[in-house]
Amino acid sequence: MKTKNKIHPWEITSESVYLDRRQFLLAAGLATAAGMTSLALPGQLMAATGDLESVQGPYSTDEPPNSWKDITTYNNFYEFGTAKDDPYDNAQEFRSQPWTVKVSGECDKPGEYHFEDIIGPHTLEDRVYRHRCVEAWSMVVPWVGIPLGDLLKRFDPNSDAKFVRFKTLHDPEQMPGQRRPVLRWPYVEGLTIAEAMHPLTLMVVGVYGKTLPNQNGAPLRLITPWKYGFKGIKSIVEIEFTSRQPHTSWEIANSREYGFYANVNPEVDHPRWSQARERRIGAGVFDEKQPTLMFNGYAEEVAELYAGLDLRKNY
Amino acid sequence: MTQKSVRILKAALFLLCLLPLGKLTLEVFGVAGMSLGANPIEELIHRFGKWGLNFLLITLAVTPVRHLIGLAWLMRFRRMLGLFAFFYLLMHFLTYAGLDQRFDIPVIVEDVVERPYITIGMTALLLLLPLALTSTNSMMRRLGRRWQKLHRMVYVIAILGVCHFYWQVKQDILEPLIYALILALLLCYRLVVRWRRNRAASRQITRNGHDRIAHTRRTI
Ligand code: HEM
Repeated sequence: MKTKNKIHPWEITSESVYLDRRQFLLAAGLATAAGMTSLALPGQLMAATGDLESVQGPYSTDEPPNSWKDITTYNNFYEFGTAKDDPYDNAQEFRSQPWTVKVSGECDKPGEYHFEDIIGPHTLEDRVYRHRCVEAWSMVVPWVGIPLGDLLKRFDPNSDAKFVRFKTLHDPEQMPGQRRPVLRWPYVEGLTIAEAMHPLTLMVVGVYGKTLPNQNGAPLRLITPWKYGFKGIKSIVEIEFTSRQPHTSWEIANSREYGFYANVNPEVDHPRWSQARERRIGAGVFDEKQPTLMFNGYAEEVAELYAGLDLRKNY
Repeated sequence: MTQKSVRILKAALFLLCLLPLGKLTLEVFGVAGMSLGANPIEELIHRFGKWGLNFLLITLAVTPVRHLIGLAWLMRFRRMLGLFAFFYLLMHFLTYAGLDQRFDIPVIVEDVVERPYITIGMTALLLLLPLALTSTNSMMRRLGRRWQKLHRMVYVIAILGVCHFYWQVKQDILEPLIYALILALLLCYRLVVRWRRNRAASRQITRNGHDRIAHTRRTI
């Protein structure tokens, strides 16, 4: 067990999780005392349920993060079912290790990369981000990940790489949600190369300092905090650099309601509901909804990416 | 079935129909570790809506079930079931209007006008209101045959309710489709019964003349 000599944001703000952590450390200590050795993974990753070694990254919000319980039991991950608690219920047996990612398309270093090769060379960062779902609820999540751009640069994208296309694992055996055609499987998402290289964009491997639980998209998921949550594709097995804009799963399912950009925008409503306000998960039953911020409050960082673009048409 | 056993059964049914409300109440107050999950308001809206629709369909199923298994006294419970449908749907609306939108009237009006699924839900609830108000014995007597005509509206309400459900679902339409199927079966049953009676009646006409059909129509 590696010790940390710094204070994580959530340790200041969330006592219950801090206690969780102490219990975890205690359990780990007992396990070691009983002569068990921890499953050491290469790089900085510890045992499957273990703590991650990370440094504090930039851009963290000081809003209080949601509880571990809310973050890990209220999920949209249709591969494991469409109810919010389905992913928690159905993903526990999911095998997220070993894991390989196929990198292809407009780059000089395509190939099959093991999870360890992908994450190993990077320093993991803590980033506490707001998370806004297209369904008008939101959370604050202390992610652990690496800047996606740093990862993508290692594959040497060429000048034709205008977009990046991501794909989720397709495995109906393990992912019961994929046995019904709710969406076109496998799930596909995409970003412009500028969005992918933006320093806010993360490839996430953990939450609350621990390895990402299966229901949150283990072992690798995308996070673009200024976009609606569905852009954050989970359990990624393919990364492709393309010259043309990828067709994404929700666009294919309903292009009138979901676009390629999916930037959080309080002024552009979903055809069936308003996006002007959001309900913060964990707030009290009698608390008011809060106003949704343009680009989910990250306008200063990302607005320039969309200069000149009609955000009503490019929703 | 004696008067007394009907009364006992009615009391038992009343308590049974209150069970969903009881469970929701325990969950709202977190009794014995029960909870509505991470998004309690949404969960409340959904559960009240689902129970309202369940009770609507159960109410509609009373007549066919009575025909099929021949228990005439089932009809004595239909009114209570219908009123519970109204009660749960009213709670559905009040949770939406009160907890979700905090009785912000302009926002609610905007939703009702601009969001077709809410327009449909609101229409259904408003149509349900006169049925609930005219469910007393005295109203039944006062309205006579018009009462039955008025209360046939429940078919329209159920159809609107299922459409509202279907329309608000984000992507997975399996569940509203199951509701639609059940509703379709209940409606088909009514249509088949009616068609059969009409056919029988028209045979009668050829034999007995016109007065007969008028009688049959009235009793459907
Ligand atoms: C006969 C009348 C109605 C019926 C049968 C009905 C039924 C339902 C059902 C079954 C659901 C889905 C529950 C689920 O997904 O588990 C629902 C959702 C909903 N209904 Fe109704 N409803 C009715 C009237 C209304 C009215 C009058 C309003 C508000 C003015 C309303 C607002 C809503 C809202 C906001 C949702 C949730 C949408 C979401 O979470 O995205 N409903 N309703």
